[in-house]
Amino acid sequence: MFPKGTKRKFSDSGEEPVSSGDQVPVAPSVAARTLTSSYSLQRQSLLDMSLIKLQLCHMLVEPNLCRSVLIANTVRQIQEEMTQDGTWQIMTQALAAAQCPADRLVATEVLCRQTDPAAQAGQSPKPFSVVGLEEGYHAEEVVMEGDVETEVTMSTLSPVSPQLSSASYLAGPFGMGPCWEEEEEEEEDDGECEEDEEEDSEECVSEGEEGDRDHLSADSRTGEQVFGTFEIKHPAPPPDPALEELFSDVDPSYYDLDTVLTGMQSAPKMGPYDLLESLSSHGPTALSSSSSCRSDLNELDHIMEIIVGS
Amino acid sequence: MEEESDTRKINNSFLRDHNYATEADIISTVEFNSSGELLATGDKGGRVVVFQREQESKSQPQRRGEYNVYSTFQSHEPEFDYLKSLEIEEKINKIKWLPQQNAAYFLLSTNDKTVKLWKISERDKRPEGYNLKDDDGRIRDPSTITSLRVPVLQPMDLMVEATSRRVFSNAHTYHINSISVNSDLQTYISTDDLRVNLWNLEITDRSFNIVDIKPANMEELTEVITSAEFHPQQCHTFAYSSSKGSIRLCDMREAALCDKHCKYFEEPEDPSTRSFFSEIISSISDVKFSHNGRYLMTRDYLTVKVWDLQMENKPLETYQVHDYLRGKLCSLYENDCIFDKFECVWNGSDSVIMTGSYNNFFRMFDRNTKRDVTLEASRENSKPRAILKPRKVCVGGKRRKDEISVDSLDFSKKILHTTWHPHENIIAVAATNNLYIFQDKVN
Repeated sequence: MFPKGTKRKFSDSGEEPVSSGDQVPVAPSVAARTLTSSYSLQRQSLLDMSLIKLQLCHMLVEPNLCRSVLIANTVRQIQEEMTQDGTWQIMTQALAAAQCPADRLVATEVLCRQTDPAAQAGQSPKPFSVVGLEEGYHAEEVVMEGDVETEVTMSTLSPVSPQLSSASYLAGPFGMGPCWEEEEEEEEDDGECEEDEEEDSEECVSEGEEGDRDHLSADSRTGEQVFGTFEIKHPAPPPDPALEELFSDVDPSYYDLDTVLTGMQSAPKMGPYDLLESLSSHGPTALSSSSSCRSDLNELDHIMEIIVGS
Repeated sequence: MEEESDTRKINNSFLRDHNYATEADIISTVEFNSSGELLATGDKGGRVVVFQREQESKSQPQRRGEYNVYSTFQSHEPEFDYLKSLEIEEKINKIKWLPQQNAAYFLLSTNDKTVKLWKISERDKRPEGYNLKDDDGRIRDPSTITSLRVPVLQPMDLMVEATSRRVFSNAHTYHINSISVNSDLQTYISTDDLRVNLWNLEITDRSFNIVDIKPANMEELTEVITSAEFHPQQCHTFAYSSSKGSIRLCDMREAALCDKHCKYFEEPEDPSTRSFFSEIISSISDVKFSHNGRYLMTRDYLTVKVWDLQMENKPLETYQVHDYLRGKLCSLYENDCIFDKFECVWNGSDSVIMTGSYNNFFRMFDRNTKRDVTLEASRENSKPRAILKPRKVCVGGKRRKDEISVDSLDFSKKILHTTWHPHENIIAVAATNNLYIFQDKVN
């Protein structure tokens, strides 16, 4: 899935920690090494997958609450573990250093607001063994390696982390609550509720575009890039100048976010849906869930048409 | 706004007509009544089909216990919530029969938001010969009425009527996952993701919220209620299960709000099998009291567990339903199968338990002999009155002739809903849009 690209990106940033003048130089190379391990790659792809799922949940008015909660807890677990072995901070810094444009995922913002790296540092740093993942890798080795490096990284990084954590509390473009946020109690639902709904759906679309543009123009400090780590489909855009020129008109990452947010029927490349569907060999469940999402997206499109047209 | 919601409606019906032609036929719940004479199924199209057991006849002993359609009715219709701008599915999530008290039968059916009480009654006579009306119901010209006639009841073809008696609505913000009738025969509970409500069967405009786990800040939500059931004998006791794998037993005598449980059943996590999916697979999809009220049975993704009500720290018995999936959790997460909600049932004497799996397989575990069997509900592999052959899933490298390998299991064919006759060895198994009824061999 993404691992190849992800790896390349991080090693690239390791070679040239250019703009991160004030940052710990050790970090990117550590990140590169850590990420080469299959454990980290699988963890990363699991995280990506979970975030896509959560984002799709977010688009539904009433998602399956049990499923959303379980996925969100999984993301929290992964984030917690990544915070403990230092990958989380390293990744965010590496990205900031490389100044990658990045997709912003709604769900991350929501989830990350709750986790406090400082609190987690006190907990046992033992990572999970990934029993459910594929067979052919050595979790033990990876864990050992990670542990040793963790101490180094954690200590060197510690002055940075408070800044990071506060940054991760930033409301960001998707300041709305989590996908299962309930509308307030019925008594408070006046007639205005319909309008609210409408505005919400509108926001879903427009925020993706405008909100991210804001961020692009805004300074790219570390915190701003935290959630850019969850880039999904553009593993290594920055280093190749030729490519960059090619896409100088269209910023690829935001283009992709748009397709995610507005339904990708018109997009030549399917993106996350494609991924989910091609990976699920057992059709019906995945199909039905994604098609329901798609109908929802169509409606969003339609709402936009009405708003823009009138 | 008007235009917007209209379009939404059209879109949805379009989808239903073309893509989901058979979607509405998928059986979403199946339930025997307390005598076992009737069997009800609910489907995604909001219909309830009631089957009745054939009377025993000496001439055709092989037909003993066959179930035929008794009544079909539309229990729930798709609705549109204009406030939230969302469609409420008509899918029947659960059906529960009320114990029979007179000639009529009563059942509760629920979709995501609304519970309905239905009365199913027979009529085989009709009044004829009215004085003031003719047989079509039209009022006759009074000048033509010259004599007094008294209507008489004439026999007619048996007619089964289903009439909606109560509609319990507007009490759930989230999706109702279970309903349970109390042994006092006057109340029932309906449970959604975050709350349990207590109703009186006679009163539709008021319910009491007895459990509420909704945090003040929804961002702090990490746990949901997955199922709840009343104790079969103690009308003040009920249990509810959670997505974190625990079961809470509550006593309604303690307080009006049962926020504090009186018992908490949870098994400590085994560190050796810990993975990112640990929590997801430990989420409980169904909880059932045994008929005698001594045990609780819970189903999670890979196992079914029996708990003694007197022992909270670990289950009495744990049965592996399809342990061969443990190595495939990542792809099952990818295709969302890991969130499938399998149910589980007891047999009449609480000695055998049954639950579903993939590939149209279902499993039975004998609690006394510790033997288990995998059976298949499929049209291809079982003809009427044929004996079911045990099936085997191959886990090792070598696959024997009659075994099926894990990789060839069909994950779209899942058996989520089953029910067991309350006294006899008759089971009903819902496999997508087919209902299979199996019984012990005659003689």
